[in-house]
Amino acid sequence: MVQLINTYGSLLLTAMGQTLLLALWGLFFGCILGIVFGLASVVDNKVSRIISKIYVNVIRGVPMIVLAFFVFYGVPYGIKSFFGAKFVLTPLQAGTVCLALNCGAYMSEIIRAGIQAIDPGQMEASRSLGLSYWRSMFRVVLPQAIKNMIPSIVNQFIITLKDTSILSVIGFPELVNKAQNVIAITFKSFEMWAIVAIMYLVVILALQQVANALERRLNRGREK
Amino acid sequence: MAVKNRNVKIHIENLEKKFGHNEVLKGISTDIYEGEVVCVIGPSGSGKSTFLRCINKLEKSTAGKIVVDGTLINDKKVDINKVRENIGMVFQHFNLFANMNVLRNLMLAPVDLKKATKEEARENALRLLETVGLSDKAESFPSQLSGGQKQRVAIARALAMSPDIMLFDEPTSALDPEMVGEVLAVMKQLAKEGMTMVVVTHEMGFAREVADRVLFMDEGVILEEGTPEEIFSEPKHPRTIDFLNKVL
Repeated sequence: MVQLINTYGSLLLTAMGQTLLLALWGLFFGCILGIVFGLASVVDNKVSRIISKIYVNVIRGVPMIVLAFFVFYGVPYGIKSFFGAKFVLTPLQAGTVCLALNCGAYMSEIIRAGIQAIDPGQMEASRSLGLSYWRSMFRVVLPQAIKNMIPSIVNQFIITLKDTSILSVIGFPELVNKAQNVIAITFKSFEMWAIVAIMYLVVILALQQVANALERRLNRGREK
Repeated sequence: MAVKNRNVKIHIENLEKKFGHNEVLKGISTDIYEGEVVCVIGPSGSGKSTFLRCINKLEKSTAGKIVVDGTLINDKKVDINKVRENIGMVFQHFNLFANMNVLRNLMLAPVDLKKATKEEARENALRLLETVGLSDKAESFPSQLSGGQKQRVAIARALAMSPDIMLFDEPTSALDPEMVGEVLAVMKQLAKEGMTMVVVTHEMGFAREVADRVLFMDEGVILEEGTPEEIFSEPKHPRTIDFLNKVL
């Protein structure tokens, strides 16, 4: 095991770096999608609510591994056969698209539920004072909603981080992908997967600590 | 009272409101004059609150006209936010902003809508808190206040925009009996100062004492209206008599 770490340690750390890179891109765009579709699903507009619902249900109904194959292999092939244009995605690009779409759908549900959990009277009171819908949303509703959403958002961050492992199937050089390569050479399956598991665990526990600190900080403002 | 000589503040004509197939308001017409205090009474489900909420368009009317200060608010081109700046509203369940302390509850709208600088808004807020007897609660959060205190803050919050009209939607219905008095006292003071008020209420004592005019609503129409003496001492409509017998 020590030898394994000595030989492949830096390779695994690099792979972990790639995992985090992919996760960050996925989360970044996922959050944007989540906010856009989350807000679109609460506004007083049927069309935007329906579009949002379709997006969420489609993504929820398709396994991410299928989405990954579709985006990485299917879409370029489709564009080539229908339009005759050459279109290639790098594994990082395709991976980011998959993670963002996936994370965005779940985030949008978290945001929708979080907003809808706030008493409609808060919005009404703000509107009655003459504040516009969006001003009321950003000044009154969202600050309360976000506080309640944080545990679910952190949970989604963790899930998205772990979901990067699925993108090993399209050849993105993240941790699982590299670990498979190492095992193919060394046959040390037990040790290798144990190391990989611990690496994920450490990163996720660290993330959890950051989240807890953040939550405590946000709670402090209100209770006093 | 020489109410009729004053300016019409709110003109309502054949107001109708449907929720799906449910007709809640079936053609309401009335004028509310400047400085007038109008109490709306009637059984639950008679459309009192819906009527009130149509005045500041928290509910969209399905038909009819509502003119506030000369502005036809059903008109799609009218900026309803501007109209609302002039119409304060107090809710049954207070609806204080839970994420802000009392002072910030009062300052949010004036500052955000550029009606006042932060300093002016703060000064005004503190003055208003004093008039509702809550100077010591400026830094408190809504969750730390009693119902009566919350409602007084809610009134102060609405007043912070210096509205011409105040709408009260059953402001004491969610309060413990012992806290009703403190809220009604603030409202009486407001009425005395000449505020135009529309009050949906179950407090018949308040209606009798403070109202210039009482509207009795049932099943989406105004069945009877008149001075408090007319309504409470010699009600004409059988439904009014029946209702008053039950609540008085």
